[in-house]
Amino acid sequence: MRVSVDLNLCQAYAQCCYAAPRYFRIDGREALFYDPSPAAADRVEIERARLACPVQAIRVQDPEA
Amino acid sequence: MPADARPERIVVVGAGLAGLRGAEAIRAAGFRGSLTIVGNEPHRPYDRPPLSKHVLTGQVAADASQLPSSLGDDVTWRLSIGAETLDREARRLRLSNGETLPYDRLLIATGTRARPWIHADEAKLRNVFSIRSRDDAASLRATLAAKPKRVLVIGAGFIGCEVAAVCRELDLPVCLIDSSPSPLARALGHTIGAYIGEIHRGRGVDLRMGSEVAHLEHADGRATGARLKDGEVLSADVVVVALGAVRNTEWMTGSGLSADSGGVDCDDHGHVLDESGQPDRSIAAAGDVARFPHPLYGGRRVALEHWGHAVAQAEHAGRLLVGEDLPVPYAALPNFWSIQGDMVVKSAGLTDGADAVAIVQGDPADRRFVALYGRAGRCIAAVAVDSARWLPAYADKVASGAPFPPIDTATDRPLREPEIRDPGFA
Amino acid sequence: MADATLLKQVKDFANRANPYPIYARLRQNPVSLQDDGSPDGTWVAASHGAISSLLGDPRVSSQTLPPADRPRTGNPITDFLIKPIKDRITDHHRPFIFRDPPDHDALRAAVMNQFTRERVQGMRERSDRLVAELLDAKRDARRFDAVDDLAYPLPVTVICELFGVPREDEPQFHDWATQLATALEPDSLTDDDTRAKNSRTFDTIAEYMGSLIKDKRRHPKDDMLSGLANEATPTGVKMGDYDLIATSILMLVAGHETTVNLITNGLLTLLRHPDELEKLRADPARAPRVIEELLRYEPPVQFRTRTTLSPIDIAGVTIPEGADLVLLLAAGNRDANAFDDPERFDPDRKGTRHLGFGGSLHYCVGAPLARFEAEAALTALARRLKNPRLVEDPPPYRPGAALRGPEHLLVAIDGMA
Repeated sequence: MRVSVDLNLCQAYAQCCYAAPRYFRIDGREALFYDPSPAAADRVEIERARLACPVQAIRVQDPEA
Repeated sequence: MPADARPERIVVVGAGLAGLRGAEAIRAAGFRGSLTIVGNEPHRPYDRPPLSKHVLTGQVAADASQLPSSLGDDVTWRLSIGAETLDREARRLRLSNGETLPYDRLLIATGTRARPWIHADEAKLRNVFSIRSRDDAASLRATLAAKPKRVLVIGAGFIGCEVAAVCRELDLPVCLIDSSPSPLARALGHTIGAYIGEIHRGRGVDLRMGSEVAHLEHADGRATGARLKDGEVLSADVVVVALGAVRNTEWMTGSGLSADSGGVDCDDHGHVLDESGQPDRSIAAAGDVARFPHPLYGGRRVALEHWGHAVAQAEHAGRLLVGEDLPVPYAALPNFWSIQGDMVVKSAGLTDGADAVAIVQGDPADRRFVALYGRAGRCIAAVAVDSARWLPAYADKVASGAPFPPIDTATDRPLREPEIRDPGFA
Repeated sequence: MADATLLKQVKDFANRANPYPIYARLRQNPVSLQDDGSPDGTWVAASHGAISSLLGDPRVSSQTLPPADRPRTGNPITDFLIKPIKDRITDHHRPFIFRDPPDHDALRAAVMNQFTRERVQGMRERSDRLVAELLDAKRDARRFDAVDDLAYPLPVTVICELFGVPREDEPQFHDWATQLATALEPDSLTDDDTRAKNSRTFDTIAEYMGSLIKDKRRHPKDDMLSGLANEATPTGVKMGDYDLIATSILMLVAGHETTVNLITNGLLTLLRHPDELEKLRADPARAPRVIEELLRYEPPVQFRTRTTLSPIDIAGVTIPEGADLVLLLAAGNRDANAFDDPERFDPDRKGTRHLGFGGSLHYCVGAPLARFEAEAALTALARRLKNPRLVEDPPPYRPGAALRGPEHLLVAIDGMA
């Protein structure tokens, strides 16, 4: 899967970090780390993260879906 | 075919973020004809921001940041091929492999490349790096992983600051050098740059501000250090050159377009202009390479190297080429972010020409604040350090050109008048 | 001119089951001054744009609680020596939902620091088991109360376990939480009787929390209260006892009073849209979409109150300094300028920047818990309830206008799978 986050929009609400803890993390107060190519098997988790983002900053492409 | 007829062939030159989002917008606007994307790297479009951050720390593989895309199979990718010349009369491109590619509409999104080190022979040394492409980042990552004794970063702009912060995260000694009085001084001014500098210094970055490198010292094809203009020699076993970017416009030479190393000029729709200032309605430009008149800044032409701008302007340009009616002029507020270690610097608006700055929220001593820039009594830019949730309120003030300073109180500093200071631009 | 009685109508219990037509009328003016009986009236923001902007406006304060004023007892020592000290302490150590930066940020960061992904992940798994147990207990029932049988006990157990409140003490929290949650209802802030009850309840729960904290210091366990009581915060200082008490009370009350509405409103909405209930049954992976849409369509917290520190020009009006402000989140969530066909419940809509958890600095701390508790509950209900039918529509509602949700939600079933 392909993931990108618009970090202009990101305000570090960290909802993605709880939804998909293996792929998203906040360092310090608001520096988002994300894995841009998560395993296809975890698409439900990634989709949860995408939907939970309060500012809708996460974009996902799932070639299998 | 005339500019107002329905196009059948659209070519996008440049396979980066802007090229990709432009191509998507072209398809999303209903264009079903032939769509070709030309890119001089061998890769499908990938995201660059991770390259100077998590790729260097090793947390993300260099080849992992391919961008998500809505494009299907109905796109022709011409990769590892550059555009060589543009013949607008015949509406065709000549490519680096000698082929010609005809178009009805053309989107120019060739972006920038890293500005090379001033001495070409020194730039070729094996341990001298710049960061623009995925391959650049992969080789720098491999070098940093081998625990060099000291990294020298030349240029304390955003990329230089990000790389220096990565080095400290990796516990590598790093020296950040720039002729400016403080990091980010060209973008943010010395007043705010000095606060940013203190944060980096606090994390162990050896800051050499107001210094210039005359030459890189070298032996056996490897740099061993840098000789400063004042004669001091700094030893280093890795050198990162972060001197900003040069726009990829050489291939437009001879096309009659108004283009130079600062970008290709566009009108307020996004169509490119020829040397006499007339728009060519079959060609639009987007992203780092497009120099366009920004209504927020008195119609002054700017070329913005911002991620969000590449997306927004490419979407605009794509729809424009397909013939959609769009609000004129294109006027998205410039904004960017930079992750320096675990500190986030975000900005809205442009600081150019600022004559005043004020800390309006937070406190630089807490490494967390919002700075607002004014010019002739109007808000023109806001910079937030670890204060992302406050930025939209100030971005609104910038977008509406509100009086500076616009907000007389804030929840964290009731009844405190902000101190108006000189932003410290050279 | 806008109808100035609309806020009164929102608060009127007669409109509890369906306040949305009133919200639509309020939205005709993005920001309007409403006559709610207070001397200067109350300003209401009802459009998505105005609410979003005010949520993130540095001139808008969350310090809306009036000064603490415990009722007098008639004992002069209590009334003239102890009461002023206690009132002062209460005022200086508000829960952070009623505080501004920098104090708000420090307290919130301390909580977030304990709200680790591991702890939350653990409670996610625990929620699934709790839902299974709660539904198993009703296996042979032909009638099911979504509130008493699932939507209330689930979040309560989760928040108590997360904080390390002993299970046997939990029942007494029910009444405390119900009482203290009235602090989010605007009228209760000015109603003397409610304020007196709230201060008594606060003192009782504070005493309980104080002794629980002492216990966590002596015998730390792997729970959030132990962490907050014993570990340094990200800013390097330990939280003082008064802030710790206020903070943990806030989290416990919020855990008792909000998610119950999300789950109950969720089941109610799905029963009113049986095709969506069926789709969720067939594909539980739809749950996150359903829940985000529920947070838009029927948010558990319908509005929040604020006050202004300076005059604010917005949407053609000027809100004066010191004004009371209601941010009508549930109205913004149905704003056609932000959502296509906003009155339609549509989990497949794209890009929902809903205001169900508020926004900016005070964005709901418990949002991740609410999301997975609702996911556990709604997917299990969709799967297990056989032929569910609403017994009463609309169901009876709890009194709150801000924390709005059914008191009971009776569902007739043919059994539980």
